Amino acid sequence: MNKPAIRESLPDRLFLIFVYVVLSGALVIVLFPLLHILSASFSSPQAVNSGRVWLFPVDFTLAGYKAVFANPNILTGYGNSLFYAVAGTFVNVVMTVLIAYPLSRRTFYGRHIIMMLLVFTMLFDGGLIPNYMVVKSLGMIDTRWAMIIPGALAVFQVIIARTFFQTSIPEELAEASEIDGCSDVRFITSVVLPLSKPIIAVMTLMYAVGHWNSYFGALIYLKSPDMFPLQIVLRNILILNTVDPTMMANVDDMLQLQGMSELLKYSLIVVASAPVLMIYPFVQKHFVKGVLIGSLKG
Amino acid sequence: MANVTPGTASRRLTTSRFAFADGAGKKMKKHWQLYLLVFLPIAYIIIFKYVPMGGVLIAFKEYNVVKGIWESPWVGFKYFEQFLNSPYFWNYIRNTIVVSLYGLLVGFPAPILLALFLNEIKNGFFKKTVQMVTYAPYFISTVIMVSIIIVALSPNVGMLNNILRLFGFEGIDFMGRPELFKSIYVWSDVWQFTGYGAIIYIAALSGVNPDLYEAAKVDGATRFQKIWNIDLPSIFPVMVILLILNVGSMMSLGFEKMYLMQNPLNLESSEIISTYVYKVGLLNANFSFSTAIGLFNSIINLVLIVTVNAIARKLSESSLW
Repeated sequence: MNKPAIRESLPDRLFLIFVYVVLSGALVIVLFPLLHILSASFSSPQAVNSGRVWLFPVDFTLAGYKAVFANPNILTGYGNSLFYAVAGTFVNVVMTVLIAYPLSRRTFYGRHIIMMLLVFTMLFDGGLIPNYMVVKSLGMIDTRWAMIIPGALAVFQVIIARTFFQTSIPEELAEASEIDGCSDVRFITSVVLPLSKPIIAVMTLMYAVGHWNSYFGALIYLKSPDMFPLQIVLRNILILNTVDPTMMANVDDMLQLQGMSELLKYSLIVVASAPVLMIYPFVQKHFVKGVLIGSLKG
Repeated sequence: MANVTPGTASRRLTTSRFAFADGAGKKMKKHWQLYLLVFLPIAYIIIFKYVPMGGVLIAFKEYNVVKGIWESPWVGFKYFEQFLNSPYFWNYIRNTIVVSLYGLLVGFPAPILLALFLNEIKNGFFKKTVQMVTYAPYFISTVIMVSIIIVALSPNVGMLNNILRLFGFEGIDFMGRPELFKSIYVWSDVWQFTGYGAIIYIAALSGVNPDLYEAAKVDGATRFQKIWNIDLPSIFPVMVILLILNVGSMMSLGFEKMYLMQNPLNLESSEIISTYVYKVGLLNANFSFSTAIGLFNSIINLVLIVTVNAIARKLSESSLW
């Protein structure tokens, strides 16, 4: 009975080979562009422009990176993004816990109505202009507040956190400590939060990556360049330049300059995505966990 | 969720052996701190979510900054008619729907296939590597992603054109060709999000009872038959939920990536409702018209998600509510 189980039939082996081929293909398709950009960022402008760079740097140089770090806008953007990510995430996590925990308590009267109010905001949205007008009437246009307050809470994260509290902190625990005279706030700080480290870690990561990568809020609310987050600076350099027709007009004089600006793009892409992609291997487990908790039906 | 009213909740509580408060009022008094905690988040939800919902009123008014929302005169459905009768209307609607449907058609099955295939592999290292590498692009920001697309597809120095030339083809200006735009949008999404989308299916597959596979093996089932008869049915509920969510967000096709990918050459293929709302509203400062288009879009969305959910509830066990 054991023998035939080990040896697979011919169709099964062919199928398995097919699976390996498809997955290897997927691996190459995802990895190749990333490696190509990484090597191009270390290559000379001439090598990049003549298409000689494939998987390894050609005529190794750090010229692209020097140009990136010589640009003051990029450094300002980096600093701003860091600030928005840290401050914004802190507000996000506090706000999420503040509402998610009471919603997880069965003794919290009115939690179904509040939950419905929250979920409805995921289904229907006032739209761009009404949102803009609220932010404007609060005087937040072109201030750093606009990067933090209008997105202070993500309903999806509230549902994830509430589900976690419900499933991992038994109601009986709260009731027992209540009998011992422990207040709700004290219960949260000394029991709930220590028990919820995993979900708080997940939440922090998700919010932080969201802040770091977003550009829409800054696009509509900010006007002063000194407040621009990195993503807006990147957009100005990487995307708006490419459709600028004057770049293509007199190619002869501009050849050198254009070669440099191409190289700069590769280096900039690497510099901008490095922080997130470098911590990714260490935190991916938490992200997977977050996705899974979120997928449980609340 | 919707069918549990607070009344039934408190009735359930009073019969529970831990309930010692008899009325809602007493309970609220006892847990006053919890109500204090939710104050800030609730205020946030009201100010930043529900006030804007009221703000859609200006879609029916001739909004004037000086007069404000209340004093501006009513114009009824003027702006809706203006949008419906504009020569671009069908173009924007078509672009929005075609990109969404195309994206759904390709982007929905891709993570399922990836998860099913990964599930076949017992080699831990290879499996982990594929999973980790395909998940990584999820963390690339939209701006960077679009930059990568533009750089990789650039007509002169782009990677893809270098490959084409290597095989003796002519270089193509991908981003300047409207007929290629939708494919570039959809397939770059597949490149970026398939690994992320597969996670939830991989988790569902890891929960399949191993006895089922044993039984199938005894019956002499092939690998393909196992996928078809065991794996697919067991991830079916997850598939339904994700499909509802995808269809429900069809009309709210992302502004961020589309706006960045637009250039004057591909605009006829890349202008969608959300990018148009932005241009009309914030660039041309036509608040009422822009709000009307946005509202039109939100309502279609709401109808879509409610309909799909109702259909799903009828046809299968799983639905959102």
